[in-house]
Amino acid sequence: MSQIFISQAFLGGMILYAAGGLFGLIAARQRNLVRIVACALAALGAVLEGVASITVIRDVHETVISIPSGTFFLPFTFRLDPLSSYFNLALAVVGLAVSIYSFGYLKGFDSRKPVGVFCFFYCLLLISMTAVFTAANAVVFLISWELMALAAYFLVSFDHERDETRRAGTLFFIMSHAGTGALLVAFLLLGTWAGSLDFSAFHIASQTLTPVLRGSLFLLFFLGFGVKAGMIPVHVWLPAAHPAAPSNVSALMSAILIKTGIYGIMRVSFDLLGIPPLWWGLLVLAAGTASAILGVLYALIEPDLKRMLAYSTIENSGIILMALGAAMVFRSYDRPVLAAVALAACLFHIFNHAVFKSLLFLSAGAVVHATETRNMERLGGLIRRMPLTALCFLVGAIAISGLPPLNGFVSEWLTYQALLGGFGSTLSLTRIVFPIAGSLLALTGALAAACFVRAFGIGFLALPRSSQASHAHEAHPSMLVGMGALATLCIALGLGATLWIPFLDPLVNQLVSIKVSGSLVLASGVVLSSGSPKGGTVAPAVLAGALVLLTLLPGVLLAVWWRRGHRGPGPTWDCGLPGLTEVNEYTATAFSKPLRMIFAAFYQPRREIQTEFEVSAYYPTSVRFESGVEHAFETHLYSPLKERILARASRLRAIQAGSIHAYLAYIFITLILLLLFGVRS
Amino acid sequence: MIVILAKSGLQLLLLLLVAPLVTGIIRTLKARLQTRRGPGILQPYRDLFKLLRKGMVIPDTASWIFSAAPYMVFVTATLVGLMIPMIATDAPLSLFGGVLAVIYLLALGRFFLALGGLDTGSSFGGLGSSREMTISAIAEPAMMLAIFTVALGANSTNLSEMARSAVSQSWRFLAPSQMLAFSGLFIVLIAETGRIPVDNPATHLELTMIHEAMILEYSGPYLALLEWGASIKQLVLMTLLVNTFFPFSLSPNWTVSGLGLGLLFYLLKLLLLACCIVLVETTNAKMRLFRVPELLAVAFILGALALISTFIF
Repeated sequence: MSQIFISQAFLGGMILYAAGGLFGLIAARQRNLVRIVACALAALGAVLEGVASITVIRDVHETVISIPSGTFFLPFTFRLDPLSSYFNLALAVVGLAVSIYSFGYLKGFDSRKPVGVFCFFYCLLLISMTAVFTAANAVVFLISWELMALAAYFLVSFDHERDETRRAGTLFFIMSHAGTGALLVAFLLLGTWAGSLDFSAFHIASQTLTPVLRGSLFLLFFLGFGVKAGMIPVHVWLPAAHPAAPSNVSALMSAILIKTGIYGIMRVSFDLLGIPPLWWGLLVLAAGTASAILGVLYALIEPDLKRMLAYSTIENSGIILMALGAAMVFRSYDRPVLAAVALAACLFHIFNHAVFKSLLFLSAGAVVHATETRNMERLGGLIRRMPLTALCFLVGAIAISGLPPLNGFVSEWLTYQALLGGFGSTLSLTRIVFPIAGSLLALTGALAAACFVRAFGIGFLALPRSSQASHAHEAHPSMLVGMGALATLCIALGLGATLWIPFLDPLVNQLVSIKVSGSLVLASGVVLSSGSPKGGTVAPAVLAGALVLLTLLPGVLLAVWWRRGHRGPGPTWDCGLPGLTEVNEYTATAFSKPLRMIFAAFYQPRREIQTEFEVSAYYPTSVRFESGVEHAFETHLYSPLKERILARASRLRAIQAGSIHAYLAYIFITLILLLLFGVRS
Repeated sequence: MIVILAKSGLQLLLLLLVAPLVTGIIRTLKARLQTRRGPGILQPYRDLFKLLRKGMVIPDTASWIFSAAPYMVFVTATLVGLMIPMIATDAPLSLFGGVLAVIYLLALGRFFLALGGLDTGSSFGGLGSSREMTISAIAEPAMMLAIFTVALGANSTNLSEMARSAVSQSWRFLAPSQMLAFSGLFIVLIAETGRIPVDNPATHLELTMIHEAMILEYSGPYLALLEWGASIKQLVLMTLLVNTFFPFSLSPNWTVSGLGLGLLFYLLKLLLLACCIVLVETTNAKMRLFRVPELLAVAFILGALALISTFIF
């Protein structure tokens, strides 16, 4: 009964997504109709997918859905186990909010823009991501993976009139395919070994793999999935592509598309390849730590609001990988309880990041929509013009900075506990890794807080820094509904963390065969514990309650002591100048200047000042200031690589002479070689 | 529930009353060391009393964030104070948040304070916010490493557990790891409370100020809340230092005699630590802003050494 219900809901959701997409193509000319119907269908589809996923996780019903395919050699098989349903649930939640938001957002599209086509690719992205999460064999997985990349490519390049956007799209396409290449090789190797392309066959075959083959398979998978997860150093596409896309797509990509890479790494290292050896976990932990710190360092100096959010996605991906790596290390040490705690942290942060990052991107989208600029230096004062959007962004900023009592704090707290527990997991010197990783996580958290103080403080507070910002308008109601829902979820997941942890039980149980909520949630039901008897405890809901209660104290104090009527507005101290204007304000560049100087070895900052003057240098007629930092990976890794590839490619030009006879000959020779190859084997 | 509320009430009272006192003592001691008379130990109380009754000016560029910041600073500092053992080993709210919650709640207060600084639209506010976030960011890993060393020794991040484990082996502070961690945390304390050589709490010079720059536009009751919150935060961090490393005489339960003795020793320990702070403040000159990272790097290395020395000893 339940299985039928689940498969009906799952397929129903997929069909609704598909219907939305097709409607977009069919009725492309009716712009308003398309917008409303396609978004509604996508939202309904997300609801159904969400229901299916929740049912799978709650009732622990693994459901296999097989659709026979006429032409392919394997049927389209989807397996809904707790792990895939969890990711699918995150997709459904974000998809629902984004679809509601899109009602209003798409209205603001230029009338020359094909809204119908947009809806088609948007729905295709939803379908393909659902399929990636639930695919049960390598063929379905790879097809969905490619469809996802393709849909994302078209959405990223939607504003293709701009040079920058086209370049971002191409970069995404190339990086994505480099990753897929690694995955393809890995799947084919594994498939040959297992004699089947079914995931369950992989799982069985992995026990007989030689260590070398198993290790190289893991590396291939890690590289391939790492590209999508935005892991440093294969992250370069992310800060280009996410800001270039329309904001609702950026939200979906940053929140969920990134997670397909994480999902892949989890699926491979916990399911397909069996119990991981120690070095896998350490590698993932190291890559995660590097991504977290470098990601936030880049985010700190970025003046582009959306690009800053994209870098922060790299950081959060890193935090997720840190927890995941810790879980893999504990698994190889055979410490299931610790592994379960680390996994709970990882899974919690996956969901949290999906929620607050989509919230932040949607709010940024509302800002960009209202002001037509992504440059923080040209925003400012928006808290007056768009109070609700500002509030949503603030909630997201607090959550992503890991501050209590919101959801980001809880998952980072669990990560700390897992890392601290790791110190006792072994007696070898390896254990020093965990506290060091923990302190670097602390650095990341503090830098993220600085980064979001900067984004909110410069972007939303004080005086408007441009005429666009001073004429901004509040977002469309449907956009506010989408953002408001996500903001509420940030608060709910933080305060209700103890209710959410038991929900993760089936997943943790599937991955490490142990349930964790019994030891993580203490008897009273409001206190979250670190899993060990006398370890750490925290109760976000109580902290929030105490914060509210304690506010009464200064409130009463002020009410009693303070003589009313003495409060009035006055100008900010302007050092005696005639009035304060926006040019007196601290800029985003100035805000991050101290950190830019402290981490100068990493940033390699450069600056150029050209002053023109007539009488004396103290009275310049014009000053031109330029500053920037070096993006080390782009200049030292990717540029030389690109140069070399282009040089090699230009040599290949010799055989592409443009003569049709030569081409026919190539085809003929290839055919002969293939025939010989076929006959031989 | 009622017991927790009663304990909280008691500790809250202690927190609110002792915090300005500590500030006053530090100021007076500093004045005496510089052969000045100084304003007297009770001056901070008088300041607060006066500020609370004054009118206030809200910059016309500011939004609700500006008004929310003083409350957030004050409330997070007091909440944190309730999670730290002051005179008894079991702090009223220690079950609801350990040392990680303490650090992150203080960060929440700082987050709003920095936003409040930016909200005024003046360069000073932005300058202060920028520096505050920078220094706290680079202080964070050092702080965490030192705290991890203690937490790993106690096998818990719960502050009451940590205190209990420290009480049970009262000479543990002589262990190299503890001493190294203490020195690391002391440096962080200097940085986090805005003391010389990192920041000068008595200056309003634009080139040097950090904390004062952020709160430049605050006046009246809001300024009172900020000053009071800052002194509570200072007390909390000092308590964290004295009670996790030197937990002598922490009362194991909430009886009158135990608490009395605990209070006496607690005040003595605070006085000693205050003397250390005063000595550091008077014998050092304020550092250039970009020398501060070096100081905090020393703290980080001390923390790392503390951690490594747990292997050796």
